[in-house]
Amino acid sequence: MKKTLLASVILSALLAACTTTPTEQAAPTTPTAGTATTTTPTTPAVTQAADTTKKANPWDALKDPNNILSKRSVYFDFDKYEVKLDYMPLVEAHAKFLKANGDAKVLVQGNADERGSSEYNLALGQKRANAVKQTLTTLGVKDSQIEAVSLGKEKPRATGHDEASWAENRRDDILYNGEY
Amino acid sequence: MLRRKFLLGLLSLIASSACFAQLTIEISGAGANRLPIAVASFAGENKLPAAISEVIQFDLNRSGVFKLIDTAGVAAPEVPSPDFSQWRGRGADALVLGTVNSLADGRMEVRFRLFDTTKQSQLEGQAITFRTETARRTGHQIADIIYQRLTGLPGIFSTRIAYIERQGKRYRLMVDDSDGQNPQAALISGEPIISPAWSPDGSRIAYVSFEKKKPIVYVRPLGSSMPFVLANFKGSNSAPAWSPDGRKLAVTLTKDGLSQLYLLNADGSGLRRLTTSAGIDTEPVFSPDGASIYFTSDRGGSPQIYKIPAEGGNAQRVTFEGSYNVSPRISPDGKTLAYIARNNGMFQVTVQDLATQQTQILTDSAKDESPSFAPDGRTILYATEVGGRGVLATVSIDGRVRQRLSSAQVGDVREPAWGPLAK
Repeated sequence: MKKTLLASVILSALLAACTTTPTEQAAPTTPTAGTATTTTPTTPAVTQAADTTKKANPWDALKDPNNILSKRSVYFDFDKYEVKLDYMPLVEAHAKFLKANGDAKVLVQGNADERGSSEYNLALGQKRANAVKQTLTTLGVKDSQIEAVSLGKEKPRATGHDEASWAENRRDDILYNGEY
Repeated sequence: MLRRKFLLGLLSLIASSACFAQLTIEISGAGANRLPIAVASFAGENKLPAAISEVIQFDLNRSGVFKLIDTAGVAAPEVPSPDFSQWRGRGADALVLGTVNSLADGRMEVRFRLFDTTKQSQLEGQAITFRTETARRTGHQIADIIYQRLTGLPGIFSTRIAYIERQGKRYRLMVDDSDGQNPQAALISGEPIISPAWSPDGSRIAYVSFEKKKPIVYVRPLGSSMPFVLANFKGSNSAPAWSPDGRKLAVTLTKDGLSQLYLLNADGSGLRRLTTSAGIDTEPVFSPDGASIYFTSDRGGSPQIYKIPAEGGNAQRVTFEGSYNVSPRISPDGKTLAYIARNNGMFQVTVQDLATQQTQILTDSAKDESPSFAPDGRTILYATEVGGRGVLATVSIDGRVRQRLSSAQVGDVREPAWGPLAK
């Protein structure tokens, strides 16, 4: 029950975080189909979470929109599979959190744009997920705390057929245990 | 003129089946030298859920081998010696007549005869007993018999196809007759399903589901039992491919880093790594003799098709033209490679003669995916996009006959896989 609540809180925090994501402003990050209905209750949900968890709970940072840990998306250039410098502070913050909280685990989901075969895109998304995993382990996070997987082109956040949508979908998302 | 006749025939078929929201077939191109055949309405077939003569006409028509003679308004009872001159006059070289009767035990019986109108002789005559609800299947069975008798090649009208249908956030793994007229959901999920693969005996389908927020390979026995997990290792699990004996599957796993090929037994045991490269290795498929595995790899810098011995070993590059060649499939005779090639930004079904390395692009569409050989190797089923919607299409391996199977309902259809010959 609490887990569901936490998950929904984190989801709404995530959605709030979405609006400030990528480097190219051209890519509209809002069009997450089907999420429109969940945007409203952000504030009350956060309050509820604060009631059920201790004030000093370090996990709160993950959903605090003012904390970099609430940012979970890492974007990649076309045909590139290394974490860009712009996203290093984000990945470093998550590395720090994971090292400080040994019971925290992350699922890194890689994505790919729609062009080409489903299975090959699955492998490309995996390459992106592995890039974030590699960076995290290089920064000292235990391998057992990270699972890198791919959603390929199957779960596009942007559903258009243009460069802006493709750029939005060349992305990793970081999910913590309880969020997946 | 001929095309108009086909269209009319198709329209009536579409009209008669529209309420089932099935896939319908559109033909856009036709082979030359087709054998003119007349299939008259079967006496008594109007008490069946599907008119057997229409199923036969539809099957023979889409094979691209026959030219269907209009039989409208002809009363033609199934008799041992019909009026051959009448059918010759209509241009038919072959003639099919049939009668459907109810049996005392509630089952049905269809008697049909196939004639050569030039020699004025009967080529085939059979009686088949069936249950009312399997009328379509019986029609396909008769079409197979006619096709085999007239071409000397096995008919594939009784075979089935699998594909994924997406409607909003609902994904369904569908099993259907190869004419798209008998869709049945084998699985429904709120998360994507990809890469269905038939076991060689047609009894099971392996597939990839994202229900657990990551790709996991399952096997679904068709029939009553539930799906079971074939491969769920840390990381992604995908691209299942059956060995020709049905005892093993090749899969793509990322448990050791990037996507690589592994082999396991059909019950999920006995995992063994097949490839060790510094790049992506995925989309494995066995050659029909079981000796080799073809796959997609970017080890050379761009995605190309390679092959390795089925027990593992050195990889040999197979495609050389262009910078994007993926999704290999091998024809049942092992001689032709079908794959998706990117040409000027368009992804198209392409074939390569494995002996001469000669290649041919078979389509003019831009977003082709997932080629799949018919069990007779003469046709390739694939997914493409028309008007922003995912549809299925087929193309003959010489590229001359192209057909589209488009669903009457809203939604996308993709990831097709043609099943094996019916046992």
